Amino acid sequence: MEIPYTVKPRPDTGLYNAKVGIWLFLASEVMLFGAFFSAYILLRVQAPEGFWPDVANGWPHGLLNIPIGTFNTAVLITSSVTVVMAWIALKQNDFARFRRFMAVTIACALGFLAIKTFEYKEKFGHYVIELTNGTRVTGHLDVNGHSPLFWTLKDVQAAKIEELKVLVDIPNKFRFPVGHTIPEEIHKAHAAGEHHKDQEFKVSDIASVKAFIPSTHPFFAIYFTMTFLHGLHVLGGAIVLFYFGFIGSGMWKTDPERFTNRIEVGGLFWHFVDLVWIFLFPVVYLL
Amino acid sequence: MSDSKHSGAEAAAGHHHHDYDFAAHKKVYWVVGGSLLVGTLITVLAREWEFSSVALTIAVALFIASIKAFLVCAYFMHLLSEKKAIYLILVTTGAFAIAMVALILLSDKDPVSGTRAKIHYVP
Repeated sequence: MEIPYTVKPRPDTGLYNAKVGIWLFLASEVMLFGAFFSAYILLRVQAPEGFWPDVANGWPHGLLNIPIGTFNTAVLITSSVTVVMAWIALKQNDFARFRRFMAVTIACALGFLAIKTFEYKEKFGHYVIELTNGTRVTGHLDVNGHSPLFWTLKDVQAAKIEELKVLVDIPNKFRFPVGHTIPEEIHKAHAAGEHHKDQEFKVSDIASVKAFIPSTHPFFAIYFTMTFLHGLHVLGGAIVLFYFGFIGSGMWKTDPERFTNRIEVGGLFWHFVDLVWIFLFPVVYLL
Repeated sequence: MSDSKHSGAEAAAGHHHHDYDFAAHKKVYWVVGGSLLVGTLITVLAREWEFSSVALTIAVALFIASIKAFLVCAYFMHLLSEKKAIYLILVTTGAFAIAMVALILLSDKDPVSGTRAKIHYVP
């Protein structure tokens, strides 16, 4: 049996069915991401003013690597251009050009995921350390020259460390909320090119050691949830586009119009993934 | 692929289109892509300007993001010239999305006592 309206427009909608289908799916996606953005707003507005981690449940700012995030945004935008170019190449009957653009699109998708993985790993080895006197610092642990991931105070104790060496962050200006006065010594340190200072803490003086993971702070919870969900979309999109562009591209010979429509529909999903990132990037990296 | 210029694909190009149109379209896509990159840079640089208030900082960043979103929807997703059925789907979705966010935020403004979730910091 032939699937109806894969090419010809359905009389009542004026569209081929897959296009209506993808838009309905994207509508459900809008609701999904809309719910998460709402959750973000709620967590954000409930957080008290002040510099995190001095204010324990204040909202952290500037913890993510802005240059890397900006680069990754550019990677995703580039892939959005190349996927629409791939579709145009099919419209112009140029399969070789289509393939080249699809290859670039998939390379961008994999590049985006690789960079995101690197960023995640960086967070898993970044810690907030609370001392028994109530002060808190952020930084990386130095355990015999290694920077361990996912450690807690229990791991520090299990390693029989008595003095924990920490590369304590000297926070840059993006770490402070808008309008917050930045201490003079921080300006001086950054002007001198110092971004960390080595400090040793007696383990008996430490109340907690927590990596930048979802359970540590609502910011990390919403950051990892939203970016991981977005990352899954990038991965899913890359797999589908790879199938369309390479494994399943035989359809170009048997049913070129339907194949071209597939690429358009796959492209629509890909643009949506780009669209989500356009909002996600400023929200978690910059604000 | 040596058989890239496939003869059967003329239909895919659509008999009412000409290569001339595609050249113009391609140019638009590159310009939109370039604008999106520039928009991203402006958003990042705007964070450097140090606005006086949190609200203004957020407003500027989201305003630029909205322009970028419009460009993606209008040009890459062809929403400037789409069929009625798609607009109907999107208007309905927009209404429900706005209602969802509004209901959540309004409930936060006026919570039923004892039901409001608080952010707890557990050391």
